[in-house]
Amino acid sequence: MPAHPSFAGTPPFPEAARLALADPQLRANLARATATIRTKRARAVAERDDWEALRLAGAAIKDETLRDLPALLAQLEAGVTAAGGVVHWARDAAEANAIVVGLVREAGVDEVVKVKSMATQEIELNAALAEAGIAAWETDLAELIVQLGEDLPSHILVPAIHRNRREVRAIFEREMGRMGRPAPADLSDDPRALAEAARLHLREKFLRAKVAISGANFAVAETGTVMVVESEGNGRMCLTLPDVLITVMGIEKLLPTWRDLEVFLQLLPRSSTAERMNPYTSMWTGVTPGDGPQAFHLVLLDNGRTDTLVDPVGRQALRCIKCSACLNVCPVYERTGGRAYGSPYPGPIGAILTPQLRGINRGPVDAQTASLPYASSLCGACFEVCPVRIDIPEVLVHLRAKVVEQHGWRAHASEESVLMAAMGWTFRSPRRLGLVERAGGLGGRLIGRGGHIRRAPGPGLLRAWLRGRDLETPSRESFRRWWHRTGRHEDRA
Amino acid sequence: MRVAIFITCFNDLLFPDVGRAVVRLLRGLGQDVGFPDGQTCCGQMHFNTGYRDECIPLVRRFTDAFEGYDAVVTPSPSCAAMVRREHPTVAARASDQGRETGLADRVAALSPHVYELTEFLIDVLGVTDVGAVFPETVTFHPTCHSVRSLGIGDRPQRLLAAVDGLTLLELADADHCCGFGGTFAVKNADTSLAMGTDKVSAIVESGARVITSADTSCLMHIGGMLSRAGSPIRVMHLAEILASRTAS
Repeated sequence: MPAHPSFAGTPPFPEAARLALADPQLRANLARATATIRTKRARAVAERDDWEALRLAGAAIKDETLRDLPALLAQLEAGVTAAGGVVHWARDAAEANAIVVGLVREAGVDEVVKVKSMATQEIELNAALAEAGIAAWETDLAELIVQLGEDLPSHILVPAIHRNRREVRAIFEREMGRMGRPAPADLSDDPRALAEAARLHLREKFLRAKVAISGANFAVAETGTVMVVESEGNGRMCLTLPDVLITVMGIEKLLPTWRDLEVFLQLLPRSSTAERMNPYTSMWTGVTPGDGPQAFHLVLLDNGRTDTLVDPVGRQALRCIKCSACLNVCPVYERTGGRAYGSPYPGPIGAILTPQLRGINRGPVDAQTASLPYASSLCGACFEVCPVRIDIPEVLVHLRAKVVEQHGWRAHASEESVLMAAMGWTFRSPRRLGLVERAGGLGGRLIGRGGHIRRAPGPGLLRAWLRGRDLETPSRESFRRWWHRTGRHEDRA
Repeated sequence: MRVAIFITCFNDLLFPDVGRAVVRLLRGLGQDVGFPDGQTCCGQMHFNTGYRDECIPLVRRFTDAFEGYDAVVTPSPSCAAMVRREHPTVAARASDQGRETGLADRVAALSPHVYELTEFLIDVLGVTDVGAVFPETVTFHPTCHSVRSLGIGDRPQRLLAAVDGLTLLELADADHCCGFGGTFAVKNADTSLAMGTDKVSAIVESGARVITSADTSCLMHIGGMLSRAGSPIRVMHLAEILASRTAS
């Protein structure tokens, strides 16, 4: 049975990042992979001269969905039920896991095959199944690598991005035999050989499994249709061969009408894998007698989504179609990788979605979660590539304000909050600012060398700056003093 | 036209030469520049770090100092973006709290008059060749706020291209963030430095002897790393190049 590492225990981002930054292989893999996919995405998007119109349409359709969510979910339920499926409503991870475990037990099996699903990672379904004595075999190649390596995913789309082919070979050689068909004895690290080894290892599971668990990329309320978009074909195997199909879907994945797919099936492939169209798109509506799974269960997952919906600025995060374009352009993510974010949703979207799913709109969150909105230089590259125009920088700043308000700096005077208060006080008065400038100029003369400060005692924030950079010595004469001395009447030195 | 300079808090204290260059440049173009001394800070640092309420008096002070001017010119795209895009947000928040009634309208009236330096030179004064002389090899870092918040485009490059004797060398991955990000530089110093390291490498690889930008906030970080590495590369704000009249 595979082990189940968890994101719990990840330190706050500054420290988690520091550890990740020190891993040269992770850095090299991420730099290469993100640079490659960035370029490909840009090319794929440039082919469309209506890309901006598609983005605006995508954002509008998602906002409409979020506005009418209760009615649309009811419509979806009616459609799925009429077509022979069963709909379950899960308030949170615990409820969702209990529902799924119950369904698998009802089917009388002790193993399931899984299609890659962010929602099931979010609720830690595999661990819950394991506790119930049920093995959950991941069938997406990268998820298989992560599972066999008893590892955590570091990217939404390519979860094993932190591994190189030599490591993958070693993991296959060491672990495949414990979970099923072993790797061939002479396995090389050639990607084709590795893919073939995975294919053979998985084949017996596809053909044997009676129950499959998937997520969903989209569901259409109008028709009761659920769909999975994928590259490898493992989804197709899991969605068609077993007797029972269980789909766990975040409630925000809904679309109102069939026609809306036209927009999203263009936005998603180009934004995620940089393809004009992905290889396998599978759609199913309930149950078709004699064809495919004869029992279909749709588990609708809330788990913090309605908490996110209540915030007028933060709710745009729910437009997300999990394409990962933002991860691939983020200069922070590129250097730290996903695990530093301590969540199955990393990168820019993770920094705004994770805190909201964890309840920041209701009240204070833990220190690790509170560090996520600050894991950004606010460069804005993410907003530029988001296919549904989520203004991630706007939401980051909005969530930072929540963190500050909830932290209540008057009660917990951190170094930062004291400094912010002092600077705010200084900036409220030009006279005070002038005095601070003179003090700064004097101080600079004392500790600066050649116009720069290299080392200084004092607050941690100053030391954090000086760790890798010099600091300009505050000027002997500030601009405003120079102006008052000379500038009013003529340009004198 | 009544023109005022908004020097910005960090230029005032750390880079007064940038302000002096702006004054020299604008006067050289026939503009009588004022410095309303009620000015202090646009509030960007507080706003972006989450201290929204602290911004309200700063927005009030900025508006008090500058309203009435036809043009408020600042050598900082990030501050210009803060004023134009977020002062209305802060004023609306103040209004929701029942404070500073009337501020929102005054902010709305002032915002269109606030310009980043290159916007003012090209869009308002209609000038691309400011008569500068600077025979050096220079590379240009565009800054995230310039590119994405203000949409400044290639105005800085056009101004640099018209400088006599200047050779503008391309900077690889120019639109990649330098890693400053305001308080990000100290709250996430390790990541900030990792990003800055790549920016500095690109600058060194460009072969230029001078790195310039429209924002000294980025240059504080980039320049601080160049200085720590003992690099001879000069760090200059765009205004200092544009105000240059003699061979450096």
